[in-house]
Amino acid sequence: MMKIEAIIQPSRFESVKDALLEIGIEGMTVTEVRGHGRQKGHTEVYRGREYTVDLLPKIKLEVVLPDNLVSRTIETILKTAKTGKIGDGKIFLSRIEEAIRIRNEERGEGAL
Amino acid sequence: MKRLGVAGCCLLITLMLAAVSLLAQQPSASASGSATAPDEISRTVNDKLDQLDQKVAAAQSSADNAWMLVSAALVLMMTGPGLALFYGGLVRQKNVLAIMMQSFALMALITVLWALVGYSLCFGGSGPVIGNFQHAFLRGIGVDPNPDYAATIPQLTFMIYQLMFAVITPALITGATAERMKFSGTVLFMTLWFFFVYAPMAHMVWGKGGFLNAALGGRFPTLDFAGGTVVHITSGVSALVCALYLGKRVGFPKQPMPPHSLVLSFIGACLLWVGWFGFNAGSALASNGLATTAFVATHFGAAAAALSWSLAEWIRNGRASALGAISGAVAGLVAITPAAGFVGPMPALVIGFIAGIFCFWMVTRFKAIFGYDDALDAFGVHGAGGTIGALLTGVFARALYNPIFGAGKPTGGFDGHWGQVGNQLVGVLFAWVFAVVGTFVILKIVDAVTGLRVAEEHEIEGLDITQHGEEAYNLES
Repeated sequence: MMKIEAIIQPSRFESVKDALLEIGIEGMTVTEVRGHGRQKGHTEVYRGREYTVDLLPKIKLEVVLPDNLVSRTIETILKTAKTGKIGDGKIFLSRIEEAIRIRNEERGEGAL
Repeated sequence: MKRLGVAGCCLLITLMLAAVSLLAQQPSASASGSATAPDEISRTVNDKLDQLDQKVAAAQSSADNAWMLVSAALVLMMTGPGLALFYGGLVRQKNVLAIMMQSFALMALITVLWALVGYSLCFGGSGPVIGNFQHAFLRGIGVDPNPDYAATIPQLTFMIYQLMFAVITPALITGATAERMKFSGTVLFMTLWFFFVYAPMAHMVWGKGGFLNAALGGRFPTLDFAGGTVVHITSGVSALVCALYLGKRVGFPKQPMPPHSLVLSFIGACLLWVGWFGFNAGSALASNGLATTAFVATHFGAAAAALSWSLAEWIRNGRASALGAISGAVAGLVAITPAAGFVGPMPALVIGFIAGIFCFWMVTRFKAIFGYDDALDAFGVHGAGGTIGALLTGVFARALYNPIFGAGKPTGGFDGHWGQVGNQLVGVLFAWVFAVVGTFVILKIVDAVTGLRVAEEHEIEGLDITQHGEEAYNLES
């Protein structure tokens, strides 16, 4: 089991979500986050003082998948989340030790 | 009498009574035909005219009273929710309840103090500096007008109207102490400030015998139609003193502290604009042409200042901000306050335009140069705006709108009476000095009794939670 963590532009989120549903990925956790990589923020001026706002709003998408679905999911995310500009985000992969469905305590890939 | 004897007295009394009754039977207006009909008619006509006079006066009083009660409500609305929202939006989320609570607490506290002794101290007696206690507990204040102050409305109306001014004035100061002052310190400070700064100032400018009173023959008649000196200069300058005494907020100026909700501030500013019609036009104390003059001047001042602040910002920063526009409008309203009932519509535009630019400069450049933390620009807008407005009042005031020194006497510079600018300067300087000294002393006292500033950890955690045990927004629940 692998976990895909994708930090994407908020404006691309709806397209990514729809595309994932189309390939059969139904479970995901979505968080609104702030952050930056190399993308510069913007300057706000408040009462004559300049402030650099360098934490930008992004969407973090987390999906836990059986190994055989991972590469197709990554391709889908890359296709729909990309704008070609700095600030598009990143995808991280990590291995998951165990998954348990709370309702019926099912374990393993069947719980996904 | 003893010599007359009983009989003699009886006889004397009888004779007196007879004489009286004879005299009383003088034929008067009975049965003399044509000679008395015109008398009857003219008496009837005179009676009718008297009744008509009374009805007209009652109608005017009725109109005046209606307008004044509405004005009082409008001015209260300026504090709650106007100022509460305006300031509330400007602070960080963790401090929004605290700043609102301070305004609200004053709505309650000042009302009670006013009812007990405040009104009497401001408007009682005829001393040059302060009133007296003759109207403590509002003794003698009822529905009969007080001709010294407002001849056509109940004195109770005048009292309640003036109360709303006493409420908002200290509330303005909370803008300078925002995000770091103890609630207990605030309550004590405001109580003392009300008695020792506001009351004397209000009496000197508006009270009978007050030596700055333009309407009632003060020695240095300062034209202040609705409270440019009494409200805005005193609170604005006191705010500066508080900001300097309290010191800067933790993290100021390096850490960004942008407003947590300019939406709230926007709503607050609009409520202030509308409420200000009660503040300025209501200061005519009647529903008449003067109220209209003041209403129009108020509106024009606000509009011109919003534009000029935005223009200044656009030129300086390349963009006009919402915060700048609403701040400009408030600055214009402050500046037009002393002038509203003395100037025409065109000068009102000019006063507003100047105030917008001047206050913009005060709040961006002047504050940056001296580095004080006037958190919500109480001094930059009210202190500075009130000062420039008071001086410009001396320039633009005309007897045409308000012959306050007597019919035919010139009022301000545009009437040819340029000396009035000097009088304005006296009033302004006096207000400044009074506010500075009074506030400094009061701060020292409060510092010793309750302390002024919250502990650093509490300031970082936020005043809502530490001073009031509440969180403003519980959006997850």
